[in-house]
Amino acid sequence: MSAGAILPARGGLAPRLLDWMMRHPAMFTFLLVLPIVLWLGIVYIGSLIALLMQSFFSIDEFSGVVKHEFTLSTYAELLRPANFDIILRTVVMAAAVTLASAAIAFPIAYYAARYAKGKWKALFYIGIMLPLWSSYLVKVYAWKLVLAKEGILTWIFEKLHLMWLLDGLLALPVVGGNSLSVSYLGTFIVFIYIWLPYMIIPVQAALERVPGAMMEAASDLGATPGQSFRMVLFPLALPGIVAGSIFTFALTLGDYIIPQIIGSGRLFIGQAVYVQQGTAGNIPLAAAFTVVPIVIMGVYLWGARKMGAFDAL
Amino acid sequence: MTEAVSFRGVSRYFGSVRAVDGVDLDIRDGEFFAMLGPSGSGKTTCLRLIAGFEQPTAGDIKIYGEQAAGVPPYRRNVNTVFQSYALFPHMNVRDNVAFGLRVKGAGKPERHKAAEDALAMVELAGFGDRRAGELSGGQRQRVALARALVNKPKVLLLDEPLGALDLKLREQMQEELRSLQRALGLTFVFVTHDQDEALSMADRVAVFANGKMQQVGTAEDIYRRPNSRFVADFVGSSNVVPADFVGAGPHDRWASLRPEDIRLDPLGHEAVVTSRAFHGRVIKLGLKLGNQSLTALIPATETLPQPGDKVRVGWDRARVHVMGNGA
Repeated sequence: MSAGAILPARGGLAPRLLDWMMRHPAMFTFLLVLPIVLWLGIVYIGSLIALLMQSFFSIDEFSGVVKHEFTLSTYAELLRPANFDIILRTVVMAAAVTLASAAIAFPIAYYAARYAKGKWKALFYIGIMLPLWSSYLVKVYAWKLVLAKEGILTWIFEKLHLMWLLDGLLALPVVGGNSLSVSYLGTFIVFIYIWLPYMIIPVQAALERVPGAMMEAASDLGATPGQSFRMVLFPLALPGIVAGSIFTFALTLGDYIIPQIIGSGRLFIGQAVYVQQGTAGNIPLAAAFTVVPIVIMGVYLWGARKMGAFDAL
Repeated sequence: MTEAVSFRGVSRYFGSVRAVDGVDLDIRDGEFFAMLGPSGSGKTTCLRLIAGFEQPTAGDIKIYGEQAAGVPPYRRNVNTVFQSYALFPHMNVRDNVAFGLRVKGAGKPERHKAAEDALAMVELAGFGDRRAGELSGGQRQRVALARALVNKPKVLLLDEPLGALDLKLREQMQEELRSLQRALGLTFVFVTHDQDEALSMADRVAVFANGKMQQVGTAEDIYRRPNSRFVADFVGSSNVVPADFVGAGPHDRWASLRPEDIRLDPLGHEAVVTSRAFHGRVIKLGLKLGNQSLTALIPATETLPQPGDKVRVGWDRARVHVMGNGA
């Protein structure tokens, strides 16, 4: 028997369901999107709204019980010097980490996007991703040993007769300290180490999308390498840098482990949330602290958009 | 008179690949010069050597008498229209066109004026505020042209600039490029793999293969008097046959006989039709004359032979070109 132009329908529930879906593409889309909508809508946005609402409650100073009345007094508490210092410290650290990560990531990403081929490219990806596969805690504790006064970094500086440099850095006001592992400088270094891959990957992806002819065209039209970078390469890589900075900035804003293990012991936003909801039992203040990074990121993304960071997407 | 561009023994190797292999070349001031060849023939590398994107492995390149080897692209008064156009996506059309003047420090009013003038020259006046992404292929092509010309280059390089356009637009742009070149009196160097384009546009054509320049001359020279089997076949797909077969010379020479020069002739040689393809104005016939295969283009008005038919064909001896020894 030779087959006709139309094949007979196959029996069974699954093939019939598939046939039906082929005729009702809207239904197919609906079923595809449903789990995502449920997840985002209920689990994700829902709990976020619950959290937001907590921040508009306050705590009774005497009994320690949460008063379920809407008030802005918890937000007012954020502006008390002790709390505001925490916010300022975290934002400055996040900004510094982001700028430094971008500066370090760019040449690495540029090399990977422009020159690395085949085997070297695979090696690059493994090299960048490898640190992400090992435990975050182990890495941070390892860094504590590296940065300690008796650690390998001090030893290297000693052997290179550069102790004056290390001592000079540690003698700096505010960022310095007894050793790197108990200074802001140490916190800064470890933050960069931990978040750097999140900056390199999007910058590399953005640079990968800039055709080689684009840079040749700039040079052809008389732009020096510096001008080509400023006027063509950097603006075209900006969406990648912004994408990377969203990671480095937001992750630093919310992290509470690194500054607890490495640093001067002064609180960051994440630690403040941890302390307020745990030991202090002040859920409304913890919630208010949590809202801070959300607002900052919102303003940050809005500003980036205004600056045209997403225009070339 | 100083040549616009002159190559002396120029080579460019990529590892063991000889992309350009010992090319001597002179491009005259104010001429429309085409570099023609299949992909990988070295024509684009030659263009990139003039632009400065590549440096020669060996040899000497002069642009208007000045030594160009070692000079970076941004210090050469030469501009390129790229095959992909390479317009900057984060700038509008005006800023794209004004880019070259901006990096050389021209003030805003001056460069905007120049950009508008250049856009008007390519018939895109008033398009300055658009983004490159909003333009059609042909319009992008014109912007790329304006962006190069606004710098008043000594030599304009065009790297297969019409490759991405459809046929109608292509033909229109060919004519416009030609008249623009005449009006400006600029030296144009045009790279293409399309022999029609090269022959119809250029004052002189250089044919490239395997990194070497095979022949250089006027379009008619190249077409009527190819110096090798490669040139004869690549430019206008000729019938390359032993010279004695067409009665034009000794057996050890090759001769070129253009398909359009073969005609149906009741007094000619007998041949068998092996294939037939209708091309509108002409019919392309595959013929077998003894052991020799030939291709003929005959006007479509004649009575059309079918494959398998016997026909009689002839040609004008003056149209047969005998090529040099060893070609």
